[in-house]
Amino acid sequence: MTVTKTQAPVSVDDGRRPAGDGPVGPARSERLTALVQQHGALAVLVIVSLVATFSFDSFATGDNVSNMATSSAFLAIVALGMTFVIITGGIDLSVGSLFALGGVLAAWGSRHGTLVALLLPLVVCGAIGVVNGLLVARSRLAPFIVTLAAMLGARGLMLAITDEGADTYLIGKGSFLAELGQGSTLGLGNPVWIMLALFVAGAVVLRRTRFGQHVYAVGGNEDAAALMGAPVARTKILVYTLSGVLAGLAGALNAAWLASGVTILGNGMELEAISAVVIGGTLLTGGLGHVSGSLVGVLLLKVIQNVINQIGSLDSSYQQVVSGAFLAVVVVAQTWLGRRRQLL
Amino acid sequence: MAEAALRTAPLDKARALQWLQKYGVYAGVALLLVVNIAITPHFLSAENFRTQAVQVAPVIIVALGMALVIGTEGVDLSVGAVMALAASVTALYLGYGLVPALLVVAVFAAAVGLANGALVALVGVQPIVATLALMVGGRGVALVLLPQLQDLRNPQLASLGSGDVLGIPYLILIAAGLALLVAFVVRRTTFGRQLLAIGDSRPAAQLAGLPVRRVLILVYVICALLAAVAGVLATARLQASDPTSLGNLMELSAITAVVVGGTPLTGGRVNIAGTVAGAVLIQLLTATLIKHDLPPSWTQIAQAVVIVAAVYAARGRGKR
Amino acid sequence: MAPPAEVLAVRGLSKSFPGVRALDDVDLTLHPGEVHALIGENGAGKSTLIKLLTGVYRPDAGDIVFQGDKVSFATPLEAQKAGISTIYQEVNLIPLLSVARNLFLGREPRNRFGLLDSARMNREAEQALGAYGVRVDVRRPLRALGVGAQQMVALARAVASEARIVIMDEPTSSLEPREVETLFSVIRRLRDEGIAVVYVSHRLDELYAVCDTVTVLRDGRRVHHGRLADLDRLSLVSTMLGRELGEVRREGLTKFTGGHHATDSRPVLEARGLTVPHTLHEVSVSIRPGEVVGLGGLLGSGRTETAKAVSGALPTSSGSITVAGIPLRGGSTPAAIRAGISLLPEDRKSEGIVPGLSVRENISLAVLPRLSRFGLVSEARVDSIVDTFVERLRIKASSPRQKVGELSGGNQQKVLLARWLAMNPKVLLLDEPTRGIDVGAKAEVQKLVDELAADGLGVLLISSDLEELIEGSDRVVVLKDGAVVGELTGDEVTEDKLMRTIAGHSPDGDAVEEAATDG
Repeated sequence: MTVTKTQAPVSVDDGRRPAGDGPVGPARSERLTALVQQHGALAVLVIVSLVATFSFDSFATGDNVSNMATSSAFLAIVALGMTFVIITGGIDLSVGSLFALGGVLAAWGSRHGTLVALLLPLVVCGAIGVVNGLLVARSRLAPFIVTLAAMLGARGLMLAITDEGADTYLIGKGSFLAELGQGSTLGLGNPVWIMLALFVAGAVVLRRTRFGQHVYAVGGNEDAAALMGAPVARTKILVYTLSGVLAGLAGALNAAWLASGVTILGNGMELEAISAVVIGGTLLTGGLGHVSGSLVGVLLLKVIQNVINQIGSLDSSYQQVVSGAFLAVVVVAQTWLGRRRQLL
Repeated sequence: MAEAALRTAPLDKARALQWLQKYGVYAGVALLLVVNIAITPHFLSAENFRTQAVQVAPVIIVALGMALVIGTEGVDLSVGAVMALAASVTALYLGYGLVPALLVVAVFAAAVGLANGALVALVGVQPIVATLALMVGGRGVALVLLPQLQDLRNPQLASLGSGDVLGIPYLILIAAGLALLVAFVVRRTTFGRQLLAIGDSRPAAQLAGLPVRRVLILVYVICALLAAVAGVLATARLQASDPTSLGNLMELSAITAVVVGGTPLTGGRVNIAGTVAGAVLIQLLTATLIKHDLPPSWTQIAQAVVIVAAVYAARGRGKR
Repeated sequence: MAPPAEVLAVRGLSKSFPGVRALDDVDLTLHPGEVHALIGENGAGKSTLIKLLTGVYRPDAGDIVFQGDKVSFATPLEAQKAGISTIYQEVNLIPLLSVARNLFLGREPRNRFGLLDSARMNREAEQALGAYGVRVDVRRPLRALGVGAQQMVALARAVASEARIVIMDEPTSSLEPREVETLFSVIRRLRDEGIAVVYVSHRLDELYAVCDTVTVLRDGRRVHHGRLADLDRLSLVSTMLGRELGEVRREGLTKFTGGHHATDSRPVLEARGLTVPHTLHEVSVSIRPGEVVGLGGLLGSGRTETAKAVSGALPTSSGSITVAGIPLRGGSTPAAIRAGISLLPEDRKSEGIVPGLSVRENISLAVLPRLSRFGLVSEARVDSIVDTFVERLRIKASSPRQKVGELSGGNQQKVLLARWLAMNPKVLLLDEPTRGIDVGAKAEVQKLVDELAADGLGVLLISSDLEELIEGSDRVVVLKDGAVVGELTGDEVTEDKLMRTIAGHSPDGDAVEEAATDG
């Protein structure tokens, strides 16, 4: 589908500044806009956390924080891959299914040793990511429909290997895999450390490598990127592959944490991941965003979820209402800020 | 004109592809029917046809609205959530009678459609993103209103779900009636023509003075209302309101039906007959696999392949 | 001075598209340090030539010899890597990426870990841009810069990637005067560094300010080349437009009858002081019923923008429009259409026709609400309107159900005319109504314009075809750089006079006349 950005039949560009003659510093309003875009979610996260700390005795306890961190880790790893995809201007709706598939594959493979248990989900989910990428980049099909089909296909595959969801594979206690998922280091669960390491790596890749520059360039202006020598197709294939691999890894870690490959997980996770990425300030039209924002977005969603759980009278479905509302507000704000910026 | 004919005369391969795009879905339906009649026991029975038709009716109704949205070069991911919302609201207000409950459902659905339409037409958000917000939030609201499955004991609602006229279930009649109505709207109303023009070339529609924003908003409202109808009918058939799972993946089924039925994702064309056939095709495919004891997982994989194949085949059709 | 070896030699380049010979046996030679003006009106073949040089198109015939080797670029990227860079009017960079990252995309400095060295990148970017007199915070996103500064970044990028030839396609069309000055100093710098520049522009002042040599294209052929200083402005304009000075056709090839029925009645359209920032400056036009007013001027002089501003498609910052004495709210297409203004847009394919819909639906598109009751279309009334106009405008389609996208250009144009005539407009704005349509259809459209004016419509005619403009118009308002520079009425409506008005500022035209006799 052709993506129509904010359209007007004819646009007038008032946004010019003279070239040369002294450094032109960023205007205050522009800085403010950028600040809101990049750190708005962080501010909200801090405020919500502070309010929760003073309102609920059980919020800022070690146990609760550690639980929140662990349960955030899986979503965060998925959101990390999603960030790359969205910065290229695409979307990956298959991650929820790949997450579930990854978990089942890891649990199934754990009978054959930890190496198989870890590699199998990465390879299979990565392969599905490659197919997504090929269909998007080479066949030029709309990302949403390709990954929607992959979502269905991956779930079908997962059901096929679990006898239609009847079989649940367990991960033996005491294995390295179980330790990876359930153990903790310095008070934080291992999945949290893995997630943090991946985010550091992701940030470095995005900001400090040529591949990262290509990701931004493809999302910012695909035609110009091609003219400037960026390998557009290869970049797209890589981001979908990365997204698949990370979703599979998150699923595997989650299975290790739960000690079994649970088939019903991952439903709607693609929406959570997209929400987190967008709330974190990544532009859905592509070209702008940062992995740290996505982490903040994930934490914000999880803290709100925790707060809703703390308020005993509220049902957990409020979580979805809040996410949806957040998403709408952020998207509207992005569109408006984007327009303002163009006028600067 | 000779000149024009010369220019449109296609190569044989292109012609075959064109034929496939135009009639492939009907050929597919016919093929599946023939195959099933030949190899599936008890396929050719009124009871079986009735079951299949009742199952496919809500999908058809949602797909009708989706076809209109896709005709404007948009997409609506919130239809499943609207179905869930309709189920919750029906359960909550059924105490006041069926008609008041349906009115409240309509209000909720229209509100969702308005929100989608406003985000797309006024704010200028991409349709996929705008409707994503309500896909997430809509089901949330549905679940907040009604946290779990609730049995509904209302004779009127029950008869809506399982009653019939001359042996034809209401569900099928309603789906057929709506399909005719939407086809009529597309072909014979100002709104229908404007919708197609906007989907085909938005700049041209704008310069021709068409009420682009109004039409876009209305399209999303209609889509939400149709999804709500489907939600109410599905609830009536179940005689239970199930906001947790009702309408899950419905957006996918509806988009598949529309695309398989020959409506291009690039907008400017809406094929209602094809959309209905597309929904039937998917239903038959599922039924075939199930009746031959192939597990549901196969159905999902098959559906995924059909979607990609349909989109792939439609590549390059439509604009440019 | 002895010219150094040529950096580019193009011989006999030809390129055809279905129905059009876009470029026909064209030669072009560039030497290092030469600033070469490439000029021509719409459809002259400039962009085809540029696209052939940069690997967008492949030539049908002819050679491109670049730095002594015969080359055939498959993609613009290949051409760019070889040393031919293009700076487009619309900057082709990544708007959300920082200035420095744009400048260095694909050749970023890296540290010993293979990671990008941001500090060094920013430092070098500042230096590189500073050399062009551009001092900006290179960490800011590119789009925060003005268009001029963005173009400097594009230029700096081109030069940094060791371009031997830089092609600038209308680089100044959205620049401020001060930015233009900066650009010129950069071009002079490029010249000193031995880089050849191909400069495409319609602003004569600029050409004479910065270019050494010139190639004039017309209808796909090279009609002139040589030193620019040897060609005065008036000759340049006449060469470009294909009109000999002093040659005024009395009996033209167009189907215009000339002499309309402009009465002394009050103007049906009166636009006063239309201003669109950076585009139009205080443009005023008035049209009386039955009058055809031509808008003259070169490409980019603000003709299309004037039509769009009048039709509400381009928001104005000041100015007023009245239709038949009633003030019109600007910036709204529906309001303008209701008031009786109809625009036939220049870009017929993307802004005019709805290609996937039928002839019938395209004709009835705008008038549909009037043919409907309660939103239901009266097919009978649509048929009658469609039949009327298909017959009246002699629209040739296999049936009214044929898709408009399949029709010839001329018939598409007639369908658009029918769409507007069905609305009973008071004013017709025709932007290049005969561009890209065959001779027969052209004559028919021209005849139609005559008939419509005779029926009492006010017509605004924009055309790059000088003959069409002169013979079709009762009056010609001449635009230059977005402002009205003259108006020709009565006997003044001649090609000669028009070219003089376009070429020079002098209202009397004496000075240019002398120059003309010299040349």
